[in-house]
Amino acid sequence: MLAGMRQGLLAVLIAVTGFLGAALLGSPLAHAADATLVGSITSPDGSAVEGVEITASTEDGFSESGVSDANGEFVIALPGGGTYQVDIDVATIPDGFALEKPEDESRSLLVLGGEKKILTKLVEGEGGGGDGGGFIDVTGDQFLQLLFDGLLFGVMIALAALGLNLVFGTTGLTNFSHGDLVTLGAFTALLLNLVGVHLVIAAPIAVVFCAIVFGWGQNRVLWRPLRRRKTGLIAMMIISIGLAIVFRYTVALFFGAAPQTYKQYAGQSGISLGPVTATPKALILAVLAIITLVVVVIWVQRSRIGKATRAVSDNPALASATGIDVERVISVVWIVSAGLAAFAGIYLGMTQNSVWNMGQRILLIIFASVILGGLGTVYGAIVGALVVGVFINMTSLIIPTEMKTVGALFVMIIILMIRPQGLLGRRERVG
Amino acid sequence: MDWGFILTQTTTQAIGITAIIYILAAIGLNVQFGYAGLLNFGQVMFVAAGSYAVGVIVLTFDLSLWLSILVAIIVATALALLLGIPTLRLRADYLAIVTIAASELFRLTVRSIAFKDTLGGAQGLNGKLGQQFHDTNPLPADFQSLPVLSWTRQDLWVVIVGWLLIAAFTVLVWLLVRSPWGRVIKGIREDEDAVVSLGKNVFVYKMQALILGGIIAAFGGIVWAVAKQSVQPDTFQPDFTFFAYTILLLGGAARVFGPIVGGIIFWFLLAGTGEFLGQAIQAGWIDFLQPTDVGNIRFMLMGAGLITLMVFRPQGIFGDRKELALDAR
Repeated sequence: MLAGMRQGLLAVLIAVTGFLGAALLGSPLAHAADATLVGSITSPDGSAVEGVEITASTEDGFSESGVSDANGEFVIALPGGGTYQVDIDVATIPDGFALEKPEDESRSLLVLGGEKKILTKLVEGEGGGGDGGGFIDVTGDQFLQLLFDGLLFGVMIALAALGLNLVFGTTGLTNFSHGDLVTLGAFTALLLNLVGVHLVIAAPIAVVFCAIVFGWGQNRVLWRPLRRRKTGLIAMMIISIGLAIVFRYTVALFFGAAPQTYKQYAGQSGISLGPVTATPKALILAVLAIITLVVVVIWVQRSRIGKATRAVSDNPALASATGIDVERVISVVWIVSAGLAAFAGIYLGMTQNSVWNMGQRILLIIFASVILGGLGTVYGAIVGALVVGVFINMTSLIIPTEMKTVGALFVMIIILMIRPQGLLGRRERVG
Repeated sequence: MDWGFILTQTTTQAIGITAIIYILAAIGLNVQFGYAGLLNFGQVMFVAAGSYAVGVIVLTFDLSLWLSILVAIIVATALALLLGIPTLRLRADYLAIVTIAASELFRLTVRSIAFKDTLGGAQGLNGKLGQQFHDTNPLPADFQSLPVLSWTRQDLWVVIVGWLLIAAFTVLVWLLVRSPWGRVIKGIREDEDAVVSLGKNVFVYKMQALILGGIIAAFGGIVWAVAKQSVQPDTFQPDFTFFAYTILLLGGAARVFGPIVGGIIFWFLLAGTGEFLGQAIQAGWIDFLQPTDVGNIRFMLMGAGLITLMVFRPQGIFGDRKELALDAR
């Protein structure tokens, strides 16, 4: 379960690669073995994944297990050549990981003698950790680790949720393509990274690029003309769905369906901070994200344009009558929103990986956050995101990990029944 | 470049099994969104319910396929009640978010390991789901193929029954929207407060529309399970709902024939683009694309088409702009 706590931090490809195994000492069958099954388990960023159990058995009753050690390696001594049943205990695979080929869970393998190497790829998925049962064996440290990972994930969601709420507040648009703005941010940085720009430089360029092109540009080309034509909100919502589909499949076309990692900082081992561990990159990203969130909140509260934003959110007609240039405010809001989304994308891409449908997968979590906090509110988005991030991680204590999103969505529906304006929203008619 | 092949393939798909499934889902959406104004973004949940009813009844419990139709109707009704009670009072944007969330909730639950024994987990249910239906096939056993449309004997029987279902539901919708009931739900779409002031229980009418639309979509799911003999949880993604919306809006929402026209055109264009691009790549006309790119390009064009449609002709091909202002809040 420990490795499973890293959900939100780990990327997801475990390669069980073969290597020459000589470490037969300590194996009860070492003296007899003239065949060995060897492999190593690593996450895509190169760090070892510990604790995955592999069993080799025959119909004659031979059965021997190996568990990947701190280096992610395992060795199973076999009595000789022959056909073996090789099973990977999926319950020991960390949360958020799954076998790329589900049939690898249990397969029959012909070993001729010597070392048999096996190559099994794992991908990010929900079929992994089977450690969903009960509060049994949960230590205080594990509890804190879950809480901490949840907060790290929640900060990322907060970046995206805040942007969504700003646009909703000023224009009334429920933007279904906001998740794909997250994806575009991750992939803009990846593109720069692939052509040789170091990630530290690529990331801010990507954020600025996305803010201008996908924020300012998108509003200018699409949404502003639609507002001028007085297009209805439902029509705009459906247009945003069309846009989401275009964005998503464009990314899939150019980058393929496989998850990708950045060239730098891919493999980092965790450092411990008292009772919890985290990778340095996740900590730095979280600190940067928190600074960004604070800056945006102060900007909305204090700056002239920020105050104008709140005025437009409150009542566009009245704001316009008092001399506020509503369209200019909306332009600025789109820039901020897309920039925040791009940051969230890079955050997600660095701590997990970049995949064409990453934004679609977190869109409902973003929605759950803003509804929990209050649709259109600035603080609500942040509070909602942190609560949802922690909630998603904590529920993996009592329900199977693969279903943790279910809990968040369920809570969202409950909130809508009892307090539809959200935790921090103002009471108004939403029904 | 074999134009004849492209045309036959495209036509076969435009009125084929997949088109039938989507059209049934879109007819359901037409009742909910087109007439009652309910922005249900979770239609795929009802389709999944229909498919799973067949899978569970036939495969898990080894009971009759005909019983599963009854179960599908009951499950769809129950889901509509569960979905509707908390959400039907919500504003359109909230309703959209909650319904899409509910459909994902449903998908993640049915694919869960917790119910693997009954629902098959992530692999779903695969087996002879539609055997009882295919046994009733009246087509001659030595049936080869229709002149232009390349269906197998088994598929053709599904297509025939599928279109009969579409016809039946279209007539039903046509009768209903001309009835006093239809006038009330259209009234709710136009001005809910006005209908309330006439003493109508708006909530009940909305619920009825949601249930009816859900049941029609569940029949799409039944056709799916019977035709493909397989129920896969991950095919029931939110994108299904969005495609059904595209079909409805293409043909024209709040038009009885909207889903049918929209569905045929949608699949004709989608399949046509796919076949054309595939052939063009094979023939070497387009060398910067791989055959595997065709799927992505099709969806990109579809998304772009949806945007264009909503910007320039939100009422669809046959729609009446006055009837569907698409601005209910």
